[in-house]
Amino acid sequence: MNRRVFRRLVSNAMVGLMVFAVVVALLPLFFILMDLIVKGAGSLSADFFTRMPAPAGESGGGVAHAIVGTLIIVGTASLIGLPIGIAAGIYCAEYPGSRLTWVTRFVADVMNGTPSIVVGVFAWAWIVATQKHFSALAGSAALALLMIPMVMRTTEEMIKLVPNSLREAALALGYPRWRTSLAIVVRTTLPGIVTGSLLAVARIAGETAPLLFTALGSQYMSLNLNQPMAALPLTVFTYATGPYEEWHRYAWAAALVLILVVFVLSLGARLAIGRRFTLNG
Amino acid sequence: MTTTLASESVTQPPAPEPPSLELASYGDRVFRWILTLGAVSIPVLLGFLVYELWVGARLAIAKFGLEFVTTSTWDPVAEQFGAFPLIFGTLVSSVVALVIAVPLSLGVAIYLTEFAPKSVRQPVAFLISLLAAIPSVVYGLWGIFVLIPILRTGAFPFLRDAFGFLPLFQGPIYGPSMLSAGIILAIMVMPYIMSVSREVLLAVPDTQREAALALGATRWEAVITAVLPYARSGVIGAVILGLGRALGETMAVTMLIGNRHEIAASLFAPGYTMAAAIANEFSEAVGDMHLSALAYVAFLLFVVTVLVNAAARLLIWRVARGSGVGSKAL
Repeated sequence: MNRRVFRRLVSNAMVGLMVFAVVVALLPLFFILMDLIVKGAGSLSADFFTRMPAPAGESGGGVAHAIVGTLIIVGTASLIGLPIGIAAGIYCAEYPGSRLTWVTRFVADVMNGTPSIVVGVFAWAWIVATQKHFSALAGSAALALLMIPMVMRTTEEMIKLVPNSLREAALALGYPRWRTSLAIVVRTTLPGIVTGSLLAVARIAGETAPLLFTALGSQYMSLNLNQPMAALPLTVFTYATGPYEEWHRYAWAAALVLILVVFVLSLGARLAIGRRFTLNG
Repeated sequence: MTTTLASESVTQPPAPEPPSLELASYGDRVFRWILTLGAVSIPVLLGFLVYELWVGARLAIAKFGLEFVTTSTWDPVAEQFGAFPLIFGTLVSSVVALVIAVPLSLGVAIYLTEFAPKSVRQPVAFLISLLAAIPSVVYGLWGIFVLIPILRTGAFPFLRDAFGFLPLFQGPIYGPSMLSAGIILAIMVMPYIMSVSREVLLAVPDTQREAALALGATRWEAVITAVLPYARSGVIGAVILGLGRALGETMAVTMLIGNRHEIAASLFAPGYTMAAAIANEFSEAVGDMHLSALAYVAFLLFVVTVLVNAAARLLIWRVARGSGVGSKAL
């Protein structure tokens, strides 16, 4: 065979293989979403969102306790994590020369790679072991710790996009630094910071591992941060690994709700950012 | 303090410092102080994390020392613990995941940066990033009820018939196994490897491609001879990043790997990973030594992932220094 034709053929064959790789890579996404809808949507009803679970093995009931629990745990985590993460992000972007910036950035990268289960063990050792009882607060602390480095890094990246001339203009007009930072720099990047925060909330909303031995899960409605509390991801785990057919149906439905929440948050984040910045494609 | 100030200050003696300046510098100090508090809290929290893990693991470290890593007994009743099967399972499942995920994600990344039509790039990258947004526990659920039945009845018997001469594919087929966990892990780490290597490939200067094409290379040859060598350390970094993810992944693995403290040559056999053991046993552990051994496992897992991630970051930095490549995916 002509050598040039052969080389062309190889090139085209490789492109074909890569297209195949794209298809294979996307298949799980379609199957997972399809199975979630097919197996989960049927169990979604008003009861599912408003009722408490039925006794094990019986049918009926809902997961209201887990939905409320997730809202409380994730809300508390955000209250702790977002301010710290955003403040640290502004610091690193506004004082790029400081040694603390270098240390913080490096440590944030280390923490971003830390497995969530390890953070769970930390929250257990810190809060559960000293208080001698499981608590939703320990779960929130673990989730907050997971979210801080994520929020910090996106905030920093976003602020770095602000042109320096904008900052100089404000300073030249006599704005003090803090007002320049808040009213000009942060104000300009607000959509970006909101996006980063929403993405972080979406990430931790689905976390299960750090809650296993902190918030623990519960069969009852609990509003007390100092007590064990149910959460949607924990419910999916317990129901999926449990022995009852009914539980499995509820696991699918709870997973569908969970993934809707996560996707709405991520998509909302992408919309909030508009076309001015692009995050990760 | 606009135009009037500028014109009058030439003729008039300087006015006493306006109080707003003092206020401004006071505001600056408070502002910086608040931000510093946020920035300092991150290293402090990490230090605290390491300290608490160490405190939790102290008992087990004192009793077993480094032998913990090489021994295989796991007996909560006799309080004898060795983590070798856990470490083995963590490594094997991660390696299986990488073997599957690396060719796929590199194929997708190369296609998206070098070959795909413009209109396809963003949507495909977006869909794959959705894969990264799916919570681990949902992967586990899907794995238990959809993936495992398919594997047990279809793929595993096929593999045993075709490659049964390898010890990897021998023995009885249960559903939950090292291979099932590896496959679900592959799906989970693929988006990370894909997005980081895509960023790395995008950072390769166009002149590299143009030079190769000008010399008469086909587009594939340009990728192989010019683009990939330039991006090599970054792509390796992306793969190591994926490894870091796979090592610490918990829920999906816990639900699919079978959770047995055993070492088997066959990928069809159930196993255990470090993260899965912590997830399963921690809330039910009764003895202090059992808890401490699990905290020791967490400590080891932490050290390993820190090392792996540091290596990945260094490699990615070498390709795209200072451009923030990979930090988002990290």
